[in-house]
Amino acid sequence: MMTIKNYVRPETLEEAWQLNQKRTNRIIGGMLWLKMGSGNVNTVIDLSDLELNAIEETEEEFFIGAYATLRQLELHAGLNTYTNCAVRDAVKDIIGVQFRNLATVGGSIWGRFGFSDVLTVFLSMDCYVELYKGGIVPLPEFAQMKKDNDILLRLIVKKLPGAFCYNAVRIQRTDFPVLTCAASEINGTIRLSIGARPGKALIVADEEELLKEGITEECAAAFAEYAAAHVKTEGNIRGSAAYRTQLIRVLTRRTLLALKGGEAC
Amino acid sequence: MEQNNFKSVQKSVRKKDSMQLLLGKPVYTEDICPKDALVVKLMHSPHANAIIETIDTSRAKLVPGVVDIYTWEDVPNQRYTNAGQTYPEPSPRDRLIMDRHVHCVGDVVAIIAAENEKAALKARKLIKITWQVLEPVLDFHTAKDHPILVHPEDNWSSPCEVGADNRRNLVASARSSHGDVDGIMEDCDIVIDHTYHTKAFSQTPMETFRTYSELDHYGRLHLISSTQIVFHDRRILSHALGIPKSRIRVEKPRIGGGFGSKQSSVSEVYPSFVTLKTGRPAMLIFTRKESMEMGSPRHEMEVRVRLGASNDGKIRALDVYTLSNSGAYSEHGPTTVGLSGHKSIPLYTGSLEAFRFDYDVVYTNTMAAGAYRGYGATQGTFAVESAVNELAEKLGMDPTEIRDKNMVRQGMVMPAYYGETANACALDRCLARCKEIFDWDRRYPVRDMGNGKVRASGVAMSMQGSGISSVDVGSATVKLTEDGNYLLLIGAADMGTGADTILAQMAAECLDCSVEDIEVFGADTDASPYDSGSYASSTTYVTGGAVVKACEQLKQQLYRIAADALQCEPDDLTFERTCIRSLLTNETVPLSEIAYKAQCFSQYAAEATASHSSPFSPPPFMVGMAEIEVDTQTGEVTVLDYMSVVDCGTPINPALARIQAEGGIVQGIGHTLFENVTFNSDGKLAENSLMQYRIPTRQDMGNLRVEFELSYEPSGPFGAKSIGEIVINTPAPAIAHAIYRATGVWHRELPITPEKIVMSLLDRSASEQ
Amino acid sequence: MLINMTLNGKKITDDVEADLLLIDFVRKHGCFSVKRGCETANCGLCTVLLDGAPVLSCSVLALRAHGHTVQTLEGLQDEAAEFVGFIADQGADQCGFCNPGFVMNTISLLREHPDPTDDEIRAYLAGNLCRCSGYEGQLRGIRSFLNSRKEAKHGAE
Repeated sequence: MMTIKNYVRPETLEEAWQLNQKRTNRIIGGMLWLKMGSGNVNTVIDLSDLELNAIEETEEEFFIGAYATLRQLELHAGLNTYTNCAVRDAVKDIIGVQFRNLATVGGSIWGRFGFSDVLTVFLSMDCYVELYKGGIVPLPEFAQMKKDNDILLRLIVKKLPGAFCYNAVRIQRTDFPVLTCAASEINGTIRLSIGARPGKALIVADEEELLKEGITEECAAAFAEYAAAHVKTEGNIRGSAAYRTQLIRVLTRRTLLALKGGEAC
Repeated sequence: MEQNNFKSVQKSVRKKDSMQLLLGKPVYTEDICPKDALVVKLMHSPHANAIIETIDTSRAKLVPGVVDIYTWEDVPNQRYTNAGQTYPEPSPRDRLIMDRHVHCVGDVVAIIAAENEKAALKARKLIKITWQVLEPVLDFHTAKDHPILVHPEDNWSSPCEVGADNRRNLVASARSSHGDVDGIMEDCDIVIDHTYHTKAFSQTPMETFRTYSELDHYGRLHLISSTQIVFHDRRILSHALGIPKSRIRVEKPRIGGGFGSKQSSVSEVYPSFVTLKTGRPAMLIFTRKESMEMGSPRHEMEVRVRLGASNDGKIRALDVYTLSNSGAYSEHGPTTVGLSGHKSIPLYTGSLEAFRFDYDVVYTNTMAAGAYRGYGATQGTFAVESAVNELAEKLGMDPTEIRDKNMVRQGMVMPAYYGETANACALDRCLARCKEIFDWDRRYPVRDMGNGKVRASGVAMSMQGSGISSVDVGSATVKLTEDGNYLLLIGAADMGTGADTILAQMAAECLDCSVEDIEVFGADTDASPYDSGSYASSTTYVTGGAVVKACEQLKQQLYRIAADALQCEPDDLTFERTCIRSLLTNETVPLSEIAYKAQCFSQYAAEATASHSSPFSPPPFMVGMAEIEVDTQTGEVTVLDYMSVVDCGTPINPALARIQAEGGIVQGIGHTLFENVTFNSDGKLAENSLMQYRIPTRQDMGNLRVEFELSYEPSGPFGAKSIGEIVINTPAPAIAHAIYRATGVWHRELPITPEKIVMSLLDRSASEQ
Repeated sequence: MLINMTLNGKKITDDVEADLLLIDFVRKHGCFSVKRGCETANCGLCTVLLDGAPVLSCSVLALRAHGHTVQTLEGLQDEAAEFVGFIADQGADQCGFCNPGFVMNTISLLREHPDPTDDEIRAYLAGNLCRCSGYEGQLRGIRSFLNSRKEAKHGAE
């Protein structure tokens, strides 16, 4: 457990931001990963009082507050209707209800963890992050940015009509995934993301236009081979690089075909 | 089979402590001990094999709140073993409380006593050690006669003839055989010859190791500890600390699971040492990481099986060699290994003409193993049952038919099981019944479900023992209370199993009263009668036998007291539910009155203590069948159904026996599919938390169904045998079998992860092209 | 630092360190039902209700509960007593160390899903590890409670 000297709940974002400019201070999310560290923190900054915990839906967008929990994502009717339950599927096996009641969307996205189901699924959407100082940034771009002292306020998901699907392989049901795969088809454009490689999730671009004509058995298999050949994998405690490459092949194909099937949830 | 109309036995009554537990009452070590006890923290070795050149605690001791810090220089130089076994322990004496020469990652190098946890942890960071790092022996295949010795110490000793030799890295070694194995093997039509590998699985009870210690009113060392073995703890502490056994008292409150892990004295010595040094109460609570890294896990074993058979499926010879990895210390090494042969080979008594069973148990610089439910039988069962399944598949025979042809049956003498006779054996009925409820004939064939999913089934049998024959001693004291109820005192340890309750059921049966009329107390070395402890599937069979005897002896005591009151001879009296009746006059004395009489001018106590030990260890038997679905593209395995039929003799409490079976099966499923144990090149454990060591959740085990086939063990209380351990043995071979059926590949190393399944299929299709 | 919260219906004021975890805070205030089984937020033994939602008290700073409501099994004895007897009838309490966390989350399950399916029960309670029971007996116990509640309701109609 890390040691913490002070605990502050700022009343304004500016106050939070000022506090966060100090290297020894930390913004906390669900505290689930943070508390396992053994370092010393001067002040933890709790954003609980800044009304960042809601998921709001408008005609065009979802606004997902950084302090919304994974459990809120799982249960949000609008979000799951829109994503064919891809969002629910991405979070439902993360440890347990009590964990998901604490873990925040902001914590998951800000951490840009390699194992993140949450990052994988939102990468497949037309999704942006809103930063207090940095403004609105496309999620794929944010995923590549280095961690700084800004504050993540919310995710913005554009409600462009489309189909979504999420798949992951876990050795044990509530374990970290060995590989994650999410895909969307929005206005005829297919976007597929792969995570837990075990590196950070990334988007597999269809550079060879294999999916140009829509999804068929053949082109799904061809794109799966393409993804397996181009997405870099590594080994860790949960699986070797070669096994992950095999999973990329299988999950890519299955996820694309499920998109085409347009399975409702 | 004996027919009985029991009143209290063979009834599913609630555990006596169930509502206390379910409503969250404070009944565990940490809950009940004083909160101002010194906090004890341990510093662990980061090296697998190293010598402490210097250790400097001076800065650490300056941290405010730190009371003292102890190192190898402060402890006795007398080696002992942590193994909770009957004296003289078969496990060689190879431990010091702290050793200058560390033998594995996790070895304790400093004991920190502080007023609070923060101070202790801060101090731990300030201890400075210079190391002479040595090359470790990490591979158990090459440990025997390795030039590097794990225990080169001159004061290492082995009090029992177990074949131990620290100059050869041997914890134990033995050879045994029956009949002309080589001759028969040569004459066999078919020989299956494979090696099966199981890992150092962690028991993972939800309550980690923990001990509280203090000096009592008489200045004696008093421990409250989460342990299965209060009496062995007392002796082990005496040896480790060099103080008389009579100056130590050990008690256990409710304990949060054991499964054998707490059959080693893992945490007890450290706070005890602090209390002796400081005179103050001290408490040590292991973190989960400590429990994983320096607990007492299963012995990693490699079991080579040569199985000779005829073409019609008759199993004629079994040749088993087990290599067991005891890790850095010997705990339970010489004994666990025996079960890998003694509890697997006798399953095929029906046809075996000869067998051989040899083994070596080696030291390595990895964490020390200990006792885990199944205790070697689990490893041996995976090997032998897998070999039998491989035989069946090779011959194209139904594996249940092969078993039917060869299995041990009631009345058979088992040469591979110390020549004991299977006086109670319903294994044949277990198999028949399991086939029926599982619908084996329909589910054994492989079914392609499309999209790469395949369904298939597998089977395995198992046996265990009931206590350690001619060794284990169980005892019980039964006291009459003034309201005519009883108090049952035991030294066995209910670790959640319901042992207290089933022993009370037996007492109620003997004393013709209701289970509610029996209060149970245990276990406390000052108050309980001696008991080896709760391990080796002994409590129902051995301690249960003591309860029956004690109740009988109590009646004799009550007759003596009543005889005074009724002015007659004890022989003229008979026991009734609430009174003693004179056979001559029909006069009665209520039990409550007898209790009061025993308190006033009486020469007799209204209590009795009896011990029991058995020359036999009657095996329970079991059949398990698994249906799984394999995703042949990702390698994921889903257990759909696990059905089993168990012969534990008379189940004293069918509900609790069923839960034992279900709990054991789910642990077995975990070991088979995802619980893994790996070390890096420095000997550091990778799976040292519940984040990395994944035990099954309720979404990982499919549907369970357990039934019982009754048998009646003549030497057991009310016909009972045992249930606690056997239940963990069948999942690995049954599921490995089903995976073979689904994929065509045998996996002979646990756990069988999705990666192993998929990569083996890819390898095969690559070689086919 | 100063903390005010409602713990099991009682207003509590205390002075705590910034890194004190909620599990240690509630144990300090006599709620010994709350257990620690790991350091990695995996076991569910420490489940408490924070403003009515089940959370892992091992991962919440006590100060986060400042101004909020916390309930442990000590404060929900009656609600628990409605169904735990059915678990006891199965013998599924076993060692009991995981029971308080399991019971707390079951309370939450039954509040959210008064009539859950077996799969809903398994999914909701997946974060409550138990090494003794094999889970099936816990499921049977919950199922038998639900059945008896239905029968009682049916009888009353």
